[in-house]
Amino acid sequence: MLAALLSEIPYWGQSLLRVLGGLVAVLLPAGTVVYLFLFKMMSFMQSRLGPMEAGPYGSMQLFAEVGKWLQKEDIVPDAAAPEARIFKLAPLIVLASTFLLVVVVPFGPDALFTNFETGIFYALAVSSVSVLGILIAGWSSANKYSLLGGLRAAGQLVAYELPMVLAVVGVVIQAGTMNLQQIVVAQNTGSIFGFDGVGNPYVITQFVAFIVFMIAVQAELTQTPFDMPIAESELVSGYMTEYSGFRFLIFFIGEFATAGVFSMIASILFLGGWGVPFSWFGWTTIDSIDNWMNVGGPLILFTKMLVLVFFIMWIRFSFPRFREDQLQRFAWKGLIPIALANIMLTAVLKVAF
Amino acid sequence: MSPVVVSETMSPFLRSYLTVVWFGLAAFLIAGLLLGISALIRPNKPNAQKMLTYESGVDPVGSGWSQSQIRYYVFALLFVIFDVEAVFIFPWATQLERYAGFGLIEMGVFVAILLLGLVYAWRKGVLRWV
Repeated sequence: MLAALLSEIPYWGQSLLRVLGGLVAVLLPAGTVVYLFLFKMMSFMQSRLGPMEAGPYGSMQLFAEVGKWLQKEDIVPDAAAPEARIFKLAPLIVLASTFLLVVVVPFGPDALFTNFETGIFYALAVSSVSVLGILIAGWSSANKYSLLGGLRAAGQLVAYELPMVLAVVGVVIQAGTMNLQQIVVAQNTGSIFGFDGVGNPYVITQFVAFIVFMIAVQAELTQTPFDMPIAESELVSGYMTEYSGFRFLIFFIGEFATAGVFSMIASILFLGGWGVPFSWFGWTTIDSIDNWMNVGGPLILFTKMLVLVFFIMWIRFSFPRFREDQLQRFAWKGLIPIALANIMLTAVLKVAF
Repeated sequence: MSPVVVSETMSPFLRSYLTVVWFGLAAFLIAGLLLGISALIRPNKPNAQKMLTYESGVDPVGSGWSQSQIRYYVFALLFVIFDVEAVFIFPWATQLERYAGFGLIEMGVFVAILLLGLVYAWRKGVLRWV
């Protein structure tokens, strides 16, 4: 019945329904849970309770936050008025970059939005769109803090994009594909020297790439050891200084959302994504997977994502800030040579075995 | 309702990119909708002090678009070089099984040249952010 009804709708309608369903049914509750998890986690690390008032145990904090910021005045400073249009547009570009990243994430054997052959390539390309938003925000604010923050952010994102891309190459060599779905399958059907009890999550065989990738993610998110662009002790809050009201909230929530999405992509690349080792249930290919994995898969992916987000935030609250020159040196003289060496080592081992 | 016309002959490749369009639109529509609601209920009482550029509480000095040294343009050039290399490395990485030893040596030469470039920039002192 449903299938017959669906086939009546033209393709663009089907894909639109899929996107709307996914956004409302999966990403909205997921966002609420992650937001609460992060806030509680941060609070406990700083010996405080965190959100307690909005809903039971503060669970409606995200909605309370949105409700509050909706009522705040939206200020465009006079100096920024000539560029008001792009000043207002900048947060939306950052948000769009995050949304576009979600497109390629596979949540289960059939639960996915798209199945690009070059999925990981797409993800890496789209993730750098946010730099544009940040540069625009920094420039159009007509504020010295914002300008410096925007320039720093651009310099940093450019430097850490490379280790990230090169770390992913190691995974692509091992999996032999850029399709995220196939990377998941390759990890869960794989075996380490004949032992297939845990599959072959690349966090074990590509440990160096995993570490490099996570460091680069930390820098791309401008989280604390790498938060020079929004260093509050010298730049107030960098490119966000002049933003107020709901546009500030878009930047603020976009930061957490991007942390979540990057963690999802990292868990797909390195932790086996939505899958469990197929040998546990006697599956062999992606077609033999039971249907319940379309519900269980997203939950598994979600758990792995929360673990990685936890690590990102843990590091954020444990380390002091890098200096700008240290930060650049670390990327160019540390991470990039390591990532290149990792590529060659992986390739040699792949050909040898 | 929508100007998007998808013909039956459209390839699945292009079709899957339709989802990308929806997501991009969704980002702007959701944010636009909330900003619209916000415009209805938020106060709007500008005054001269409020509309001043923020500079730690003192009156701003000079223009906000002050001159600053753009240190990273050499980094940006290096980035473009390395990023283009990455585009070449990815297809090779997917087909490594087929090319085996030959591909390995080829890419070894390629990465060695790349590393030489990095070492050259390093020795030239370009990688210093001061």
